[in-house]
Amino acid sequence: MDPYTAGTERPPFDAEALRSRIPGWGADSDPADRPSSPRERFDPAASGAHWDVPERQAGGEDRERSIEHRQLTPVFGTTSPLRGVSGVIRRFAYDNFSEGRAAHWLLLIAGDRVEAMGARFERDPVRAAAPWLIGAAAVGALVSLRRGRRG
Amino acid sequence: MKAMVYRGPYQVGVEEKPEPVIEHPNDAIVRVTLASICGSDLHLYHGMMPDTRVGTTFGHEFIGEVVEVGTSVQNLAVGDRVMVPFNVYCGSCYFCARGLYSNCHNVNPNATAVGGIYGYSHTCGGYDGGQAEYVRVPFADVGPSVIPDWLDDADALLMTDALATGYFGAQLGDITPGDTVVVLGAGPVGLFAARSAWLMGAGRVIVVDRLDYRLEKARAFAFAETRNYEHYRDIIVELKNATDGLGADVVIDAVGAEADGNRPQHVTATKLKLQGGSPVALNWAIDGVRKGGTVSVLGAYGPMFSAVKFGDAMNKGLTLRMNQCPVKRQWPRLLEHIKSGFLTPSDIVTHRIPLDEVADGYRMFSGKEDGIIKALLVPSGS
Repeated sequence: MDPYTAGTERPPFDAEALRSRIPGWGADSDPADRPSSPRERFDPAASGAHWDVPERQAGGEDRERSIEHRQLTPVFGTTSPLRGVSGVIRRFAYDNFSEGRAAHWLLLIAGDRVEAMGARFERDPVRAAAPWLIGAAAVGALVSLRRGRRG
Repeated sequence: MKAMVYRGPYQVGVEEKPEPVIEHPNDAIVRVTLASICGSDLHLYHGMMPDTRVGTTFGHEFIGEVVEVGTSVQNLAVGDRVMVPFNVYCGSCYFCARGLYSNCHNVNPNATAVGGIYGYSHTCGGYDGGQAEYVRVPFADVGPSVIPDWLDDADALLMTDALATGYFGAQLGDITPGDTVVVLGAGPVGLFAARSAWLMGAGRVIVVDRLDYRLEKARAFAFAETRNYEHYRDIIVELKNATDGLGADVVIDAVGAEADGNRPQHVTATKLKLQGGSPVALNWAIDGVRKGGTVSVLGAYGPMFSAVKFGDAMNKGLTLRMNQCPVKRQWPRLLEHIKSGFLTPSDIVTHRIPLDEVADGYRMFSGKEDGIIKALLVPSGS
């Protein structure tokens, strides 16, 4: 079929040849009989939950959350809580910007980079500091050179 | 316990970490017997996902044995061999009540836009993942299922994400018998999506990638035609030529945030993090599908914006369908298909790596070394 002519209602294909070549060809060919169809079906019992509202997980008084949540979720992850400079940046992002703002995500990425730099410094302070020291020395040398030429 | 620990972009290793504990009455603690590295874990490894914290453990694909249950757990018992969906979900919120388990509102305080996912940064709730010896499994009565005796571990492991996601992606395409389906990406999810497209009745399946060894797998495992986009000046022209100028009826994006194929997009997104992900595959999907066709998006993207050709999508009258897969909805049918021999998921496994060597695993998977397609992680003692 081509886009310049009407063609047939459905593209021609050899179902028998496909069925013989490919295991299970067409087993889910009815769109109404697929696991994710319909996309939404209201059936609260289907999940296996035996509560209407989950019990709340203990702790969480200081847990950061999106300002698009009206409340802390009943259950939440507890790995790697906020700490240090990166924690200050991340909390600022969560407390002040919704998920709809680029600033929210850019600040979180900045927090990631600050934390990663800190982790690198903890692992190997000499190697982590070396690029900064070399850079500072280079800048210092350039500044001295300029002062020397003016003088 | 031993666990994979993230220390910064490209810095992962195995360290000693406290074992998880019951933190909620419906928690379970699972001893992990098999886990894996997902393609989307590479976005974390590369520092692309916001709020990925030092000290966290990745891993949203795992199976294991229940070793402890909370006081309200009814559906699982200590000793059960379980597979766990990558979704953390409550089963009772607005979204779970409608079957949207991957969009749960009760488990992720850090973002309303995202549900809960094991080991996938605080943007997905801040849960440690299963690339470890033990893992905390919230809402144990809702998520995990006992693995049938006849199902082997590798197949069960692939049910937790990759197979379910690929199968879901084929459904998102609304494929009807005879359709031409293009799958972008020949990684595990793309391979499963391609194979699943035939189950939906596709007439042709074409897989696109740049790695010849993965395209070979697409031909052998997924019975697909293949195109290496690096062999063409313009892959879109080639896809139009391959479909008599119409374009495909359905295109499935199984690539996501780190798509190659366009240097400015790749650099601004993947290297400079100025976009939520490189939209190259998504734009190829929009370009490669026929007018009135459907684009199915499985690739994971970050929460920031990406430069997408939305005008073309609109002018072509496309349907775009996407979501993180609600895994457990797929399981009854997937189990039927595996039992019937229609799906053979573990055929794509190429590597089994001890958990102690997880850093090597990430390096190999990131660099596409040694013909890697799917690497399983084996905790010591399992």
